[in-house]
Amino acid sequence: MAASIAPSADLSTALVHAPPTAAAWLVILPVAWCLAVGALLVMLRRPIALHPTIAIVGLAGLVLIDGLLLREVAENGPMTMVMGRWLPPFGIAFTADLTGALFALAAAIVALVAGVFSLADINDSGRRYGFYPLLMLLMAGVSGAFLTGDIFNLYVWFEVLLISSFGLLVLGSEPEQIDGTVKYGFLNLVATTLFLIATGYLYAVLGTLNMADIARKAEGLRDSAPLVTLAGLFMLAFAMKAAAFPVNFWLPASYHTPRVVVSALFGGLLTKVGVYALVRVMVMLFPVEREELSFVLAVAGALTMIVGVLGALAQTDFRRILGYLIVSGIGSMLAGIAVGGPGGTGGAIFYALHSMLVMTGLYFASGIALRLGASSSIDTLAGLYRRHAGFAALTLMLCFAVSGLPPFSGFWPKVMLVKAALDIGAWWLAATLLLAGFLTTIVTGRLFLLAFWREGAHAAGEVEALSPATLGPLAVLTGLTLLIGLYPEPLLVMIQNAAAGLAEPSGYVDSVFPGGRP
Amino acid sequence: MKSVIFRTVAPVLTSLMALFSIFVLLRGHNEPGGGFIGGLIAVSALAIYGMAYGVETVRRAIFFHPMAIAGAGLLAATLAGLISIFARVPFMTGLWIYPAILGLEVPLSTVLLFDAGVYLVVVGAIGSIALSLEERGGE
Repeated sequence: MAASIAPSADLSTALVHAPPTAAAWLVILPVAWCLAVGALLVMLRRPIALHPTIAIVGLAGLVLIDGLLLREVAENGPMTMVMGRWLPPFGIAFTADLTGALFALAAAIVALVAGVFSLADINDSGRRYGFYPLLMLLMAGVSGAFLTGDIFNLYVWFEVLLISSFGLLVLGSEPEQIDGTVKYGFLNLVATTLFLIATGYLYAVLGTLNMADIARKAEGLRDSAPLVTLAGLFMLAFAMKAAAFPVNFWLPASYHTPRVVVSALFGGLLTKVGVYALVRVMVMLFPVEREELSFVLAVAGALTMIVGVLGALAQTDFRRILGYLIVSGIGSMLAGIAVGGPGGTGGAIFYALHSMLVMTGLYFASGIALRLGASSSIDTLAGLYRRHAGFAALTLMLCFAVSGLPPFSGFWPKVMLVKAALDIGAWWLAATLLLAGFLTTIVTGRLFLLAFWREGAHAAGEVEALSPATLGPLAVLTGLTLLIGLYPEPLLVMIQNAAAGLAEPSGYVDSVFPGGRP
Repeated sequence: MKSVIFRTVAPVLTSLMALFSIFVLLRGHNEPGGGFIGGLIAVSALAIYGMAYGVETVRRAIFFHPMAIAGAGLLAATLAGLISIFARVPFMTGLWIYPAILGLEVPLSTVLLFDAGVYLVVVGAIGSIALSLEERGGE
């Protein structure tokens, strides 16, 4: 019986023989951990009171794992684990480099604070609908997308996070939520299909899906293979995911409908997964093609910035304003990818990390404003400053951060991007970046002036109490923003190394193929 | 679906299909079959039983909520991958043991555990959809 099942061919040459180090497990653990905790939560249907505790402990574990992973990667360079012992490029590789690890850690922090914020935002019916299991599965998808080293596998993680995000969007089943979800779902499915087509095309041309292998093989095929077309297809697909102009309209149409904490998670995480994929594919896999397409990317980036911020100026709904600010930020990241080089790529990565923290924080602020002022429109919100000065102060700091003013985290990536744009002589791009920053300041100024400073009907001296679960997450994110703004050195060094590792992926390739190609 | 013929045949059909789904699951390692298709057959069995006797009867018969079954399947599949930690091989490596049960050597593997997980996920997820559709449609 055993003999008939044992393989007849000698498989030993197709397998990895060195046992993986304990550190290598960190590459796969974020995903496996999220899946396991999520599955456990799905199983525990009756004791929903336990859900928040388990999920927050799970997310804290995820932050710990991602933190250890980042430390390991920062010290020893990229790490790889191949699924099922099969040698790459046939086995699916999970490869963590600095870029992936930084994004994964930032995402985990955002998810953890969102988990805490949800204590006050998600009621029993939301829990019964499965907010926490969906949150864990979303994080499995996001972590998987940041850490995978295989482009088809990246597609799979996109699907995982997309399906979880559908579930989170309709939480509550109100008509306008369904409406938002349909727009969101349709546009994202188009983007995903495009991504899949591009991946199939890539496989037909290069015969491999492993990212390290693609980076190596593309080198020799520059003259014969239609790599610019491929890069263009990927660019369009990921730009759609990232909500870049002219395919940005799904985001403002859907992000203001779900629960506040869901908006916060999406605003922090989902578009950045698109940006990450764009960085990974355009900078690491197709650097030469990125050069070719850089003008298109730069124009798209500039238009995204301006259209986004003008959209924000025209809105009165707090969350809609934030949706447009996300779009505007995506434009800055695209500009960075278009400019390229250590400054441009590094600036884009830095901006993405900053945007994750700040946008999530601002969505929290919109939720708290909704609770204090019983309105989400800045026409009717007023006098929030009097109701809770601490909350107003935190929001003001986040407003400064998102506008790119010092001493907050938004300042440094802006400086990097403007400098990188000027270095290559793209003065118009630099000017657009500065203009977008200026207009963002007007947007946030208007927001703060109307919703916070304007004298409201509220009686003076009456201060409302906010629970630590509400204010804590906001304070943590603002604190991180301030910390990064005041002391950016360690992060800056890591980001510069990450950008260098993307531009010259020999460390990445060596970690997948130790000792060259077999 | 109140036909006497259907109601008489349904339990037999359901049990046969459930048995067959497990056969397909186990056959799947080296031949056509596997957890996904096995799970679909099992869901069809549940759906037929639901048409004949009502959704409540099915929910009582499977005891656990379908989504809980799906969760158990996902957990099993994840654990099947994580078992490799103890064997010092990479994630999701197929590991085999050959215990002798009743004098017969039975090959068991993490691959089978994974496939059983897939089976449960399909039974749970598709079953959940099928049952709620049956509940709302008809009558």
